[in-house]
Amino acid sequence: MTIHSNVTKPPPTQPVRFNRHGVWAIYKFEMARALRTLWQSFLAPVISTALYFVVFGSAIGSRMEAIDGTSYGSYIVPGLIMLSVLTQSVSNGSFSIFMPQFSGTIYELLSAPISAFEAVLAYVGAAATKSVVLGLIILGTASLIVPVEIQHPLWMLGFLVLTSVAFSLFGFILGIWGQTFEQLQFVPSLILTPLTFLGGSFYSIDMLPPFWRTVTLFNPVLYLISGFRWSFFGTSDLGVGWSLLMTSLFLLVCLAIVSWMFKTGYRLRS
Amino acid sequence: MPTALSISNLNKVYDGGLQALTDVSLEIRKGEIFALLGPNGAGKTTLISAVCGIVSPTSGSIKVNGNDAAKNFRAARAAIGLVPQEISTDMFEPVQSTVAFSRGLFGRAPDPKHIEKVLRQTALWEKRKDRIMTLSGGMKRRVMIAKALAHEPEILFLDEPTAGVDVELRRSMWDVVRELRRSGVTIILTTHYIEEAEEMADRIGVISNGKLIVVEDKTTLMQKLGRKRLSLQLQEHLEQLPGELETWPLELAGDGWELHYDFDANAEDSGVPALLNKISGLGISFKDLNTSQSSLEEIFVGLVNKN
Ligand SMILES: Nc1ncnc2c1ncn2[C@@H]1O[C@H](COP(=O)(O)OP(=O)(O)OP(=O)(O)O)[C@@H](O)[C@H]1O
Ligand SMILES: [Mg+2]
Repeated sequence: MTIHSNVTKPPPTQPVRFNRHGVWAIYKFEMARALRTLWQSFLAPVISTALYFVVFGSAIGSRMEAIDGTSYGSYIVPGLIMLSVLTQSVSNGSFSIFMPQFSGTIYELLSAPISAFEAVLAYVGAAATKSVVLGLIILGTASLIVPVEIQHPLWMLGFLVLTSVAFSLFGFILGIWGQTFEQLQFVPSLILTPLTFLGGSFYSIDMLPPFWRTVTLFNPVLYLISGFRWSFFGTSDLGVGWSLLMTSLFLLVCLAIVSWMFKTGYRLRS
Repeated sequence: MPTALSISNLNKVYDGGLQALTDVSLEIRKGEIFALLGPNGAGKTTLISAVCGIVSPTSGSIKVNGNDAAKNFRAARAAIGLVPQEISTDMFEPVQSTVAFSRGLFGRAPDPKHIEKVLRQTALWEKRKDRIMTLSGGMKRRVMIAKALAHEPEILFLDEPTAGVDVELRRSMWDVVRELRRSGVTIILTTHYIEEAEEMADRIGVISNGKLIVVEDKTTLMQKLGRKRLSLQLQEHLEQLPGELETWPLELAGDGWELHYDFDANAEDSGVPALLNKISGLGISFKDLNTSQSSLEEIFVGLVNKN
């Protein structure tokens, strides 16, 4: 009966170890904001992707030969989803932490009994959720226009979630680092979009001359798209193991950077 | 009395090299209202921000209810509510959900009853569905107060809560503060309206150039540093002070119809009897006289100028 009596209880003033109400409050707030701006959050990317399918998939695609036995219209589906998911993850992640700094509401987050891990979990979790939903909506839109078949649905979902989380986190870092709106736009438009376009969204890298093929191998986005495409068609430019490894590596690097930022108060606390 | 907040040897040097706080040590007692006074740029907000975790101290320690603010930040911060100097909140959000958000952020389970209580207390209940951007400045400031009260803090920081607030609203805010104190909340406020401190505070701290120069009970401070003024209403108008009175700290006022004499209320010899003798010896007569205690504001200006 007395076995547990010597278990030290936390002192009464010590609140819970995990601030779940805090995490939930932030998550809910971020999701509510997305719903309020439904148009920008979901409809705009869906429409622009639909246009891609109409132009590349149907109009141009009908004159292209199949790649690896897949019609061109279907072949570009995974790449186009990734294109949107990457861009939206980065922009959601960066704005979610940039705006509070810009408007001054960050004071409340900094003064709250919430750990760095919990704050990242909430913000990045919300940003990634939005991206996953967006990816699925685009997938649905695409399947209305071109035939879509998914060979490994669980892997597909896995890659989608992993990519959304990794790039939302990357965006989050960008949002802490960036001091102006211009800086926030800079990375997505000057680095991310080119990397995505050159990462095989619209073609197989086997179509490239050997030199450019080697250059492309240094593009991290290639591995994401390649892995994601594999989950659809069962074939890919590179091994799926490489894709998984590179994406996880990217996620770990981002995690390391963000925990360093919080530990040192980088640009958050003066 | 038990201690709510204990600050020792706190220093803050900002990145640019500016020393905003120098060796500040301060104990705040449970349940008191403490007013922190000081001119612009003295370091009031920096001190509050360091306690609340918004600014990292360069050195020194902060304990909230005995919990180290750095090592045991959850316990320390959960006990504190902060109304910052600047109004910054999500302008697109409705009042009620913003206040409920603050409660959740501070780790408390939802409690619509308490949110309602806070919104009524701050006279925002009628406006609870309105977006914050549609509120007036004074209402926005009350939203900031409601947010800070949402998680039922034991210690409340009010950084210039009544700046830009009309007289009536200021009075009603004072009522809210008194009500909170009655319920056991410790309150630390900064203000530039000295009458506010005079009216509300139990103790007063004066900070100047990052140094805490005085911490004292309000009444003791006023007694200790209080100057009294003797005013004489003259029978006849004086063009200027007679040469014989030049050595006295006198001032001719009211177009030559009034004579002011400032003296230390606690000095053994106030000099008043000698002055009155001297004046009647010079044939100056007066119809009336009165003495008045200097206000906290005058004390405060005197203190800051000395440093
Ligand atoms: N983030 C910051 N970086 C650098 N210096 C700062 C920062 N915040 C405040 N300071 C400086 O620290 C000093 C103290 O500022 P603080 O805001 O604490 O003053 P205050 O007493 O609150 O003044 P006020 O009555 O005007 O609100 C000032 O000289 C100010 O310029
Ligand atoms: Mg200030």
